[in-house]
Amino acid sequence: MPHATDPPAHGPVPDGAPGPAPRTPDGAPATAVRSRVALRVNGVHHELDLDHRVTLLDTLREHLDLTGAKKGCDHGQCGACTVLVEGRRANSCLLLAVALHGCEITTVEGLAGPDDTLHPLQRAFMEHDAFQCGYCTPGQLCSAVGALREAAAGHPSHATAAAALAVPGPAALSAEEVRERLSGNLCRCGAYPAIVRAVTDAGADAAATAAGAEVTP
Amino acid sequence: MSPTAATLEPATAAALGAPVPRREGREKVTGAARYAAEQHLPLRAYAWPVPATVARGRITAVDTAGALALPGVLGVLTPYDAPRLGPSDDPTLQLLQDLRVPHRGWYVALAVADTLEGARAAASAVRVTYETEPHDVTLRAGHPGLYTPEEVNGGYPAHREHGDPDGAFEEAPVRVDVRYSVPPLHNHAMEPHAATADWDAERGHLTVYDSCQGTTVVRGVLAGLFGLRADQITVLAEHVGGGFGSKGTPRPHVVLAVMATRYCGRPVTLSLPRRHMAATVGHRAPTLHHLRLGARADGTLTALTHEVTTHTSRVREFVEQAAVPARVMYAVHNSRTTHRVAALDVPTPSWMRAPGEAPGMYALESAMDELADALGMDPVELRVRNDAATEPDGGRPFSSRHLVECLREGARRFGWAGRRPPRREGALLIGAGVAAATYPVYIAPSGARAHARPDGSYLVEVNATDIGTGARTVMAQIAADALRVPLDAVSLSLGNSALPPGPVAGGSTGTASWGWAVHDACTALTDRLARHQGPLPAAGLSASADTTQSAKQKSPYARHAFGAHFAEVQADTVTGEVRVRRLLGVFAAGHILNPRTARSQLIGGMVMGLGMALTEHSGLDPASGDFVERDLAAYHVPTNADVPAIEAHWIDEHDKHLNPMGSKGIGEIGIVGAAAAIGNAVCQATGRRLRELPLTPDRVLAALDAGPEGAGRVAGP
Amino acid sequence: MRPFAYVRATSLQEAADAYAAHPGSRYLGGGTNLVDLMKLGVETPGALIDVSRLPLAEIRELPDGGLRVGATVRNSDLAAHPLVRSRYPLLSRALLAGASGQLRNVATTGGNLLQRTRCGYFQDLSTPCNKREPGSGCGARDGLHRDHAVLGHSEHCIATHPSDMAVALAALDAEVELYGGAGTTRRVAAAEFHRLPGDRPEDDTVIRPGEIVTAVLLPAPAPGAVSLYRKARERASYAFALASVAVVLDLDPGDGRVRRIALAFGGLAHRPWRAAAAEARLTGAVPDPGAVRDAVDAELARARPLRDNAYKLPLARHLACDAIAELTGAHPGSPATP
Repeated sequence: MPHATDPPAHGPVPDGAPGPAPRTPDGAPATAVRSRVALRVNGVHHELDLDHRVTLLDTLREHLDLTGAKKGCDHGQCGACTVLVEGRRANSCLLLAVALHGCEITTVEGLAGPDDTLHPLQRAFMEHDAFQCGYCTPGQLCSAVGALREAAAGHPSHATAAAALAVPGPAALSAEEVRERLSGNLCRCGAYPAIVRAVTDAGADAAATAAGAEVTP
Repeated sequence: MSPTAATLEPATAAALGAPVPRREGREKVTGAARYAAEQHLPLRAYAWPVPATVARGRITAVDTAGALALPGVLGVLTPYDAPRLGPSDDPTLQLLQDLRVPHRGWYVALAVADTLEGARAAASAVRVTYETEPHDVTLRAGHPGLYTPEEVNGGYPAHREHGDPDGAFEEAPVRVDVRYSVPPLHNHAMEPHAATADWDAERGHLTVYDSCQGTTVVRGVLAGLFGLRADQITVLAEHVGGGFGSKGTPRPHVVLAVMATRYCGRPVTLSLPRRHMAATVGHRAPTLHHLRLGARADGTLTALTHEVTTHTSRVREFVEQAAVPARVMYAVHNSRTTHRVAALDVPTPSWMRAPGEAPGMYALESAMDELADALGMDPVELRVRNDAATEPDGGRPFSSRHLVECLREGARRFGWAGRRPPRREGALLIGAGVAAATYPVYIAPSGARAHARPDGSYLVEVNATDIGTGARTVMAQIAADALRVPLDAVSLSLGNSALPPGPVAGGSTGTASWGWAVHDACTALTDRLARHQGPLPAAGLSASADTTQSAKQKSPYARHAFGAHFAEVQADTVTGEVRVRRLLGVFAAGHILNPRTARSQLIGGMVMGLGMALTEHSGLDPASGDFVERDLAAYHVPTNADVPAIEAHWIDEHDKHLNPMGSKGIGEIGIVGAAAAIGNAVCQATGRRLRELPLTPDRVLAALDAGPEGAGRVAGP
Repeated sequence: MRPFAYVRATSLQEAADAYAAHPGSRYLGGGTNLVDLMKLGVETPGALIDVSRLPLAEIRELPDGGLRVGATVRNSDLAAHPLVRSRYPLLSRALLAGASGQLRNVATTGGNLLQRTRCGYFQDLSTPCNKREPGSGCGARDGLHRDHAVLGHSEHCIATHPSDMAVALAALDAEVELYGGAGTTRRVAAAEFHRLPGDRPEDDTVIRPGEIVTAVLLPAPAPGAVSLYRKARERASYAFALASVAVVLDLDPGDGRVRRIALAFGGLAHRPWRAAAAEARLTGAVPDPGAVRDAVDAELARARPLRDNAYKLPLARHLACDAIAELTGAHPGSPATP
C-alpha cells in the first residue's frame, strides 16, 4: 500500500478530448440514461454499461461482485460503504458511477498485498478484536487508510488544537484525533475503543516506517 | 454417563477461558465474508417494499400501472393479488393479506424488478389510496386505553405484589417518589434486514439467505406461511451484521422476499431501506416509570413499587417487561411491580438488547441514587446494604450472585472511594455515578452433532448464528475441550437450518444453549471414540446430542448475572452537552469462556447504554403518526468520538448450576444500568436530576438554567 | 429515482448551455446532498450537468490579501489549506465541525452552500412540505420541530439551513460569485445568499435558474481580529448543529472597545443568521459580559420559538456570550484563539 504524503485531488483531470457541448463520456446523446463507464478497481480496469442511477456502491456490489463495501444506510449517514476514490476516502453510496468515469477505486478487497499479505490495518483490526458483526469493518478499514493518509498530509480535524491548526504539518494522532477522524463510520456493536487502538497502533507503525525511510539513504 | 453431569473444570480445559481470536476474522477484514444480500445468483431480481403513508385506515385502491410500465419491472404485489399466506403466530408477518393499515410504514405493496434501481423506481411509482381513520400514537400516563396484560415479554406475570407496599411506603422515614421516561429506541444493526430468496419450483425447494438471529425459527415460520414442509426449506445465515434483538424472529423482509421469488420464479434480494426499519422491524417501546422507594434511616429498603406504562401496536401485544428486574435486585418485603400497556396506532415494538432490563434498570438504579442522596448515604453502600440473599420475588436461592463483589471491585478500579465532590473545569462540570446491572440466565434446547474424521480432524455441527458475538469461536472452544483436542483440529458448521435445530441468538442464551449441545455431542463422541477399536472407518464416527430434556428442567435456583457500572461525565454549562469521560463495568457472569470476545461484547453493550443515556431518541409525530427519527442522520447512534476509554472487567464465577461450561450470557448485561450510571454522574456533576432520557443539550441546559432541584421527589427527614 | 441524462461539462459556458438545453436539470458537484435527495425522490432531475470537473478547484490568494476559493474545492481541502488555517481559522473550524471526513472529501464549496435543509418533512414525500411542494402545507409546524427555526421563519416554512461553512462565511463577509451565462458573473454577499422562507420557501437562495456558483471570495482579514466557531450538537461528531455561532472580533487594543464585530448563528434560521442588531450594539462598546448579553438578547428578542424548540434561545445566548468572552479574554477557560 503506498503511503501517500499528499492525498491526491478528488477525481482525475478532465478527460481531455474537448468536444462539442453537451456530451457524455463516449459522446452519446444527452438524452441517454445509460453510459459506458470506465473504472479501475483494485488495479483492474473495468468497462461497464451503466444506468446513470447506479451508484459506485451498487456498481461494486451488484455489477462487479465486490461485496466488501457495505450498504448500511445508502444515504451517507453510516460510512459502511467507505472506499478510496483516487486515494481518498469517500461514501460510495453517494457517488454516481457515471461521474467517476476514469477514476481509480480501492475497496477493502484491494487493501491486502498481491500475495494476500494483509494490510497493517487489517492485521491490527484482527489483533485488537476491532469488530464483532463485521458489517462496518470494510468501511472502517478504508476510512482508516484514508484518515492516516490525511493525517500524514497534514489535514486537521475538529479535534486538532488551535496551535496545530495554525501551523500546518503532519498531524499527530492522539486517541482523541483518531476518534474524531473515524466518526464518519458508525459501529453499532460498539467496537470503537478497539478500533481506536488498532488504528493508533497501525498509524504509529506507519509513522515509524516513514521516519525510518527518511534516514535511510 | 449422564451427558449433563460433567462440568468442564477450567483447570483442565485448554481452550475455554483463552482469548482465542475470532475464527472469521480474516474474512471480515478482507471483505470476503458474505451477508444475506450479497449472494450473486443467476438472474437475481430485486424487491422494494411500499410503506403505508397513513397511520390508520384502509386501502381503497392500489394503482400499479405506472410502476408496471417502467422498464425491467417484473411485477407489483398488492393486498389484492398477493398469494395467501398460511398461519403464523406473529401477525406482523401477515403481509399484503388484507386492506387494513394498522400503522404508518406498514407494507402495502411490493415491487419486483430486474435491477435495484428499477425496483426502487417501481415502488415509488405505486399509487395507493386510503380511507383514513383518526389515529392515536401518543402514550401518556392515564391514557384511557391502558390495561394490565396477563403476561409481559419473557412470559413473566405482568403484576406481582408482596406484603403491603403502600402502607410500608407511607411509614418509611425516607422516601423517594419519582417518575422517569425512556423514549422509543431503535436497534439499527449496521446490516439492514435483508434476505435473498430462491425458489426452485422444479425441486420444490426454497433456499433463503437471511439476515437473522436464528435460521431454525425462520425455516419454521416460512414453512407455516408458505405451506411447505420444513425439509423443503433451507435458511442460511453464515454472517449476520448485528441484530440486537431485531432479527430474533422473522421480520417482513424475509416473508416478502419469499413471496417475490415464488411469484417471479427468480432469486430475489430484498434489503430494507434504512428509513423503513423503524416501522417494520420492531423497536424498544417507550416506557414511563413510576418508582417509589421507602427506606429506614440506615438505608434498609422497606418498600418498593415500580409501575411501568408502555405501548404496543394494534397488530400484536408486546409488553416491555421493565418492572421485572426490580423483582430480582434488592431485598425488600413490601413490593409491587406492575405493567400497564395501551395498544396504539404504532408500529409493533419488539426485542431490543436487554428488553425490560435496559429501561427498567435505568429507572430503578436512578431511583436508588436518589434514595442514596435522600439518605446522605454512599450509593455503593446503599446497594450493598440491600443485597438479597434469595431472589426477592420467588424466594429461590441464587445459583451465584456477586453483585456486591462487582460493586466493590468496580469501586476499587474506578477510584470510587475517593469520589471527589462535583468539580468544575472551566465551563465543564465533572461528576461520577454508579449503577448496578442484572440479566437473567435463560437457556433453550438445542441439537448438535460431532463428527470424527479418520485424519484426526473433527467437524462440529450446531445451528448457532454468529451475529458478531463470537459464537463460532466459542463453540469451537467448547468442542475442543470436550473432545480434548487442540482447537485447530475442530472445524465448525453453523448458520444453516439443515443442521440439527438450534435456538436463536437472543436473550443472551446462545453460548449456554448451543454450547451445552456441543458439549454433550462432543462428550458422547469422545466416549464412542474411547470404545472404538482400530482405525476409524472412512466415513468417520459421529455422535449427536439434543438438550431438550436438560435445558427444560426447572432449576431450583434463581440464576442471574450481575454487574456494576461506574461513569465519569462532563456537562458543558455553555451548551448543555454531556460527554462521558470514563465508563467502567465489572460483571459477574459465570465462567468467561473467551475473554477477548467477551470483553468486546460487554463494551459493546456499554456503548449502546451510552447512546441510550445521551444521544438516542425517537419520537412519534402525533400528526403524521410516523417516527420522526427514521434514518441514521436523525437517530443518533453514538459515534467513535462519543465513546471514551471504556473498560469491562469481570469476576470469574464458578457456578455449578448453569450448564456444563458454567457460563452465563453476556450479550445484554453490558447495556443494563449503563444509562443510570451516566445519569447519576450527570446529577452529581450538575446538582440537577434529569428524569427523561436521553440527556440531550436542550434538557441539560434547561435544568442548569433552572433551580438546583427538580420536582417530583419526596425527601425524608 | 427516475432515469436521467448525464452531461459532463468541461467549461462554464458548456455547463450553462447544457442546463438551458435540458429542462429540469441540476448541476452535480460532489453530489453528497443531491444524490441523497434523488434517492428520496425529493429531487427528480431529468438531467445532471456534472460541474465537478470544471477547473474551479483552485484556492488563490488575491492581490488585496483576500482569498478566492473555487467552487469545486472540496471541503476537506479548504479546511486544510495553509492560508485558510492561518488567516481564517474560523472557516477551517466550521468545515471540520460538519459532516464526516469522507463526506468532506467529496462535498464541494459550491455544493455546501447549496445543500438543502435536513427537515424530516422536507425529506419525506408522504408529508406536506411547502419547500418541496409549494402549497402543500408544512408538516413540521404541526409535527415535531425540535430542530427547526426560531428566527425568521414564516407560516409556510420553519426549516433551518444545515451548513456550518455558510455560517462562517456569513461572519467573514465573504462573497459568492455566480456565473450567469454568456460570460456574465455577479457577486452576492454570503450573508445575503440564502433567503428567509417568506412565502417562497422553495427558493433556498437568491441564485437564479441556471446560475453556477464559481467561487467564494474571502476579504483580507483585519489585522489583529480574532475569531471562533462553536457548535452544539446531540453527539460529539457527525451531527448537524442544534445551534452554532461564528464570531469575528476586532478590538481596539488601546481602549478595549469593539472596532468591528461579526456575529452569525447557525441552526436557528432558514439561513445563517447575521446578528446585525447585536453587532450594532456592540460596535464601539466595551464588550463586558453584561453588554454582550444585552446585545445578544436584543438580537434574540426577534425570535419566535415554537412548541419544541424554545431551548435554542438560551443555547444560542450561551454560545454567543461564551464565544465573545473567550475572544475578549474574559473567559475563565482557555485563551482566545489567534
